[in-house]
Amino acid sequence: MHRVDFFPTHEYQGLKLRAGRPYPFGATVLGNMVNFSVYSRYATDCTLVLFHNHEEKPFVEIPFFKEFRLGNVFSMIIFDLDYENIEYGFRMDGPFQPEEGHRFDKTKILLDPYAKLIVGRDVWGQEPNWDSLYQYRARVVFDDFDWEDDVPMEIPVNDLIVYEMHVRNFTCGAASGVKHRGTFAGIIEKIPYLKELGVNCVELMPIHEFDEFENHRLSPVDGRELFNLWGYSNVGFFAPKAAYASSGKFAMQVDELKNMVKRLHKNGIEVILDVVFNHTAEGNEQGPYISYRGIDNKTYYMLTPEGYYYNFSGCGNTLNCNNPNVRDMIVESLRYWVTDYHIDGFRFDLAAILGRDQNGNPMSNPPLLESLAHDPILGKTKLIAEAWDAGGLYQVGSFPSWGRWAEWNGRFRDSMRRFLKSDEQVLSDVKERIIGSPDLYASQGRGIKASVNFITAHDGFTLMDLVSYNSKHNEANGEDNRDGENHNNSWNCGCEGDSDDPAINSLRHRQVKNAITMLMVSQGIPMVLSGDEMGNSQQGNNNAYCQDNEIAWLDWNNLEKNADIFRYFKQIIKFRRMHKVLRYEDHLRHCDYLGHGYPDFSWHGVKAWQPESGYNNLTVAFMLNGRYAETDGVPDDFIYVAMNMHWEMHGFELPQLPDGMAWHVFANTGMPTPEDIFEPDEEPLTENQNEVLVGPRSIIILVGKGKKVK
Amino acid sequence: MKDDSMDIEKYQIGKELDSFNYQQVQDDILAILEKGCSAVIDMTACNYVSSTGLRVLLYSKKVAASKGLKLYLVGISHEVKDIMDVTGFDTFFDSFNTMEECLEKVKN
Repeated sequence: MHRVDFFPTHEYQGLKLRAGRPYPFGATVLGNMVNFSVYSRYATDCTLVLFHNHEEKPFVEIPFFKEFRLGNVFSMIIFDLDYENIEYGFRMDGPFQPEEGHRFDKTKILLDPYAKLIVGRDVWGQEPNWDSLYQYRARVVFDDFDWEDDVPMEIPVNDLIVYEMHVRNFTCGAASGVKHRGTFAGIIEKIPYLKELGVNCVELMPIHEFDEFENHRLSPVDGRELFNLWGYSNVGFFAPKAAYASSGKFAMQVDELKNMVKRLHKNGIEVILDVVFNHTAEGNEQGPYISYRGIDNKTYYMLTPEGYYYNFSGCGNTLNCNNPNVRDMIVESLRYWVTDYHIDGFRFDLAAILGRDQNGNPMSNPPLLESLAHDPILGKTKLIAEAWDAGGLYQVGSFPSWGRWAEWNGRFRDSMRRFLKSDEQVLSDVKERIIGSPDLYASQGRGIKASVNFITAHDGFTLMDLVSYNSKHNEANGEDNRDGENHNNSWNCGCEGDSDDPAINSLRHRQVKNAITMLMVSQGIPMVLSGDEMGNSQQGNNNAYCQDNEIAWLDWNNLEKNADIFRYFKQIIKFRRMHKVLRYEDHLRHCDYLGHGYPDFSWHGVKAWQPESGYNNLTVAFMLNGRYAETDGVPDDFIYVAMNMHWEMHGFELPQLPDGMAWHVFANTGMPTPEDIFEPDEEPLTENQNEVLVGPRSIIILVGKGKKVK
Repeated sequence: MKDDSMDIEKYQIGKELDSFNYQQVQDDILAILEKGCSAVIDMTACNYVSSTGLRVLLYSKKVAASKGLKLYLVGISHEVKDIMDVTGFDTFFDSFNTMEECLEKVKN
């Protein structure tokens, strides 16, 4: 059967048209037709502007006829359009009354807020034509892709080991050895490396289209070009960053990114996207017209009663997330990434903003967050909040979750860093973090899986810098070192920056190993910052958002230089993945509720079973009972961890194991490589079964299991 | 050009395969498959395949498979191979450097 309504009703400058379908918004291919649909509550008129690819002047501007508008939606179907060679935008007419919230300007050509393919910044750093009327240009996307049997992976959240990475920084360094440096394809080339490291999830810093030339300038310190490298400034919420694709110059970024996700999935690695729904790249009142400001300013932005932009993001404007229409856009964007790109989860930048009402006040049950928690398509998608914003709202432990949302646990970072540098005031807090922060998450029944633990992330020092610098060194950013976090809880181990002193370097390596050990033996979802596994440094820059150079790029030479660190990371990640007892979903009970003879979890001090015994609040030990973590009826091992952040060696009395079992040493950060860590499941027997000596600022991990029969 | 001994037909693609010429290419390849012949697509002269072009090739491959036929690619240039690699389209095709290699493989 043929449909009877697939015939043109109008003609305009040779193009055949008919009234479109208001839904879905954006440009949609329907056989030999393309449907264009755009919503604006306050616009009085709209024009579709069509260009041939890359051309400055449009070849036609088609008004949306009166009969092409339904409610507040303008829609039109065009027949027989060669859409691979078309770029489109909109002109919106309406009032320019900033005090009322309206900034319509029909001289501007505007990007479709639902654009799924955006060109104009196709090759990283290639200077655009600034005189062009239309900078970020929408194209119609090919949305067919052969996924074969791929679907989002749905790895249990408590089994994740997240690797936070930046597409460009990961492989841009000359020593990365990849063909397609700084791109999605470059990540594919590094899949064997990620597998060797052992992570099962990559969290990509923003990959939505943004403009690397935003705030482009020269560093007053060294004269180098500074770019918007990190991309926390969205141009479009539905389109991937073209310049992150080696095929971006051919507008094939959609296929390249989908291929990357598919290949990662094939290798057991999930993909989480860092999404920025708190603001856009349009900035404040002085910012450019890209899309939302000209399409429907009052709908898309939070505005003061006088019509100025609220700035809870610290970036000039705030997306009006709890306006019903903007909320719909966000939900549709996320559904689109899951449906069309098979994305496994999202980390929401400055997510506290998503819980503010249209006047900026925090809500107790924010409708957007509730919608996302209950969305059918996102039903098994990981939702992770950065539970604070730049307006002072801090919701770690109290982010509205409906049992679905996890949080970046900023308190884990702060407490563990302080403990690492031998702060004597933090032990009680450290103990909460080790057991999955029940003080934050137990009362709401959110469980351990609510806590994404990390010690380093893109914001702040890398792990090697955390143990090499007391203070940030952001001069190259050109902001007189005012930018970036001041409270780093870092310690340089005796010398600020690079050192030739073997003792200092040895201590730094040990501290790096201590930190990753704390992360990997704690309950919760561990997140590793890309590059930490090879001792990557940013030369003390703790806010390298603009350093598109070797400051932020991973130096792959470090893999050899810091081979002991890489080896340690690999082994401890493998250890965590082998031991279910380290990956509880729900909080521990600290009692023997199944009658195994030992509690599921117990604290110890330098004396077994006496957690209060210790030195200066800098020693702690704990034991996990593997019998509470069976896999197919087979119990896990016992695991005992002794942490000594004191600057002197201490003996730790060991708890007795059940008959037939013995302690084996898996890791001892106080030992030189290769005795710092062993192959999981091939750990040597501990000589003294009653006590271990833990060196200054060192951690020992023992495994309690049956003695090997020789 | 038909190779009588093998029910296989060769088809040569021009310098580019994109939205400007895809319809003709698609029709021509489907016509070969419609005759019950497998197809060898000679891409030696081609140095650019657009998103449309990639889909023409993959669609043709799937049509061939649905008929129990084969579709091979021959002489893919570095430029085109690069595009196919990064977008993952390479994984769907059996490809050969030369026509001789391809025909040899088919014979065996």
